Amino acid sequence: MPILIDASTRVICQGITGGFGQLHTKGCLLYSPAVVGGVTPGKGGQKDPNGLPIFNTVADAVAGTKADATMIFVPPPFAADAILEAAAAGIRVICCITEGVPVRDMVRTRAALDEMNAGRSEKERIYLVGPNCPGVITPGPKTGSGESKDDPYTREGCKIGIMPGYIHTHVSESKSGRSVGIVSRSGTLTYEAVWQTSNEGYGQSTCVGIGGDPVRGVGFIDCLELFEKDAKTDGVLMIGEIGGTDEEAAAEWAQSNMSKPLAAFIAGRTAPPGKRMGHAGAIISGGEGGAESKIKALRDAGFEIAETPASMGQAMKRAMEG
Amino acid sequence: MKIHEHQARQILHDAGVPVPPGVVIESIEAAAGAYKQVVSDAGLGEKGLAVVKAQVHAGGRGKAGFVKLVRSAEEATDAARFMLSNRMVSPQTGAEGLDVRKLLIAAGVDIAKEYYLAITTDRATRRNVLIASSEGGVEIEQVAEDKPDAILKEPIHPTMGLQAHQARRLAFKLGFTGKQVNEATKIMLALARVYDERDCSLAEINPLIVTPPTDEHPDGRVMAIDAKFSFDENAMFRQKAIADMFDPTEENPSELRAHKFGLSYIAMDGNIGCLVNGAGLAMSTMDIIKHHGGEPANFLDVGGGASEEAVTEGFRIILSDQAVKGVLVNIFGGIMRCDVIAQAIVNAAKEVGFKVPLVVRLEGTNVESGRKILEDAKSSIPTMQAALDLEDAAKKVTAAIAS
Repeated sequence: MPILIDASTRVICQGITGGFGQLHTKGCLLYSPAVVGGVTPGKGGQKDPNGLPIFNTVADAVAGTKADATMIFVPPPFAADAILEAAAAGIRVICCITEGVPVRDMVRTRAALDEMNAGRSEKERIYLVGPNCPGVITPGPKTGSGESKDDPYTREGCKIGIMPGYIHTHVSESKSGRSVGIVSRSGTLTYEAVWQTSNEGYGQSTCVGIGGDPVRGVGFIDCLELFEKDAKTDGVLMIGEIGGTDEEAAAEWAQSNMSKPLAAFIAGRTAPPGKRMGHAGAIISGGEGGAESKIKALRDAGFEIAETPASMGQAMKRAMEG
Repeated sequence: MKIHEHQARQILHDAGVPVPPGVVIESIEAAAGAYKQVVSDAGLGEKGLAVVKAQVHAGGRGKAGFVKLVRSAEEATDAARFMLSNRMVSPQTGAEGLDVRKLLIAAGVDIAKEYYLAITTDRATRRNVLIASSEGGVEIEQVAEDKPDAILKEPIHPTMGLQAHQARRLAFKLGFTGKQVNEATKIMLALARVYDERDCSLAEINPLIVTPPTDEHPDGRVMAIDAKFSFDENAMFRQKAIADMFDPTEENPSELRAHKFGLSYIAMDGNIGCLVNGAGLAMSTMDIIKHHGGEPANFLDVGGGASEEAVTEGFRIILSDQAVKGVLVNIFGGIMRCDVIAQAIVNAAKEVGFKVPLVVRLEGTNVESGRKILEDAKSSIPTMQAALDLEDAAKKVTAAIAS
């Protein structure tokens, strides 16, 4: 499989009866038939508008649907609990889309997940993606119209989240016959990167939006490691932004662990220090987390750098052909 | 979210951290009485030392003359008159300065030694961390740069919290002696408790001080003199008391207005207004404008779920900035639908009118219907141009402004 999810992944939606949960469950089903049920406490036994079974607990949903992935749309005060409920029920890939989860909740939740993962093999490991992220998509070749859940866009891919599925390209439909993996802290900037790499003739193996919050689940290094091992991924495009030192750490790790072509873009080169640019994570303070130091670290580690957000596809192409 | 110094002092006091007596005033007339009260509460003489401090979020108060030492009711009144009738101008306020509405009058304290104490969340280790230094009272960033060894860091367990033995070890390392060790330990534990219970993103005591020895306190006393707190805005649903401390007069009016509509807006100095969905794409749009020689007038992320009404409000905010000479709309629709943006452009054109060049780049969800809405409205928005992609958009808007 590509990374994290593929056509065999069985997804539930936590918060399936809420406005966003309902909207995006339908959106996912129009792309790929991966969603198999949902959870809303107190509504167990009912069906959602798509005819999917609703359960009271994640454990019930796993027992009833054999789900191994979840997307979380519950409101911020309940998001940490929803993540831990999914982990306790044996869900392997947890995508928390919810925006606005308190940092204190994520510090504790991440520590609890790290404890659960200690000593587990890679196959058994729990992957949290997010929160405050667009989700994960493994594109498939177009097999249908994408206009109804009975005729989804693809039967061979898997979309978990809120990204527009149709902009993605499966390798079989790409001009070059090669695929890139994309990992990004930003949502819409990921769509831009997908669109540009498609225009340059590449498919995408898997795209992971790791989210913009200061404390989150999987990071750049986790994804780079998965992409490096993945036979379906020929190169990786990494999209970072100002704030924190994750990009510098990823650069250092990649230098000695990555053999595949690498490209990167850092958003916020012109953002003034001390200002919070929408993402809780995107803030430069105390001289740390500036764009220039990240760009330098990535360039030194062998990444092709996109100088502007309009040249991410070209930077990837330079890396792939270089 | 930031709060005022006097509010931070109150939080510390409630948590059991000693702070010198203080009173908040809002008028010149109240200064004399406040002075007398704090020197009396602190057991100082008639001409005891007190400090008058402007209560604003911006830094650089001391150099701007908005922190003054006073030794009489008359001096306190003079200081209050100056601060309440002049605007404070510092490197952090901009040239126009800001109005000061509240003053803190606090008892003066003799200082034998100053320390720095803070807690924040360390993203790299995903833990809260206690930061301490015996080089307090000065710019801690400077200390961190010049003498990194002078900064001590202690990670805090995510569920157990800071343990007494950790705080005690730090207190010894910082050089506290005798009874100071227990007092400092208690203060560190209190700060950690406040950080956790109140969903802080920064809790800082600077300086933490030791007073000179007296007969009553042969080891001196450990106290907090100044404090700075900021809070996780995402946690305000469970922090009503903190949320009530929010002071809208400290915020940029346009940013506040945007916030009410769920938009994230930050004013900048340039002349190209931007309306974008997503924080990363919004930052990148600013970057590419600069790359092509333009200057962004703002950061504006309309987010994913914004309504037509909210996006229209976004245009109103951008167009109300007199410096704006051109507008760039960059939307890659995911949750946000291009038709919603297009309709908001049409609304804004009707209501406010785009007298300046408008460049629109739409891609993603419902792009066809969005483009159709704009095509149909083309004749009523003569300054509008469509862009093929981000590069094209940035070039078109910078060229339109230059001509």
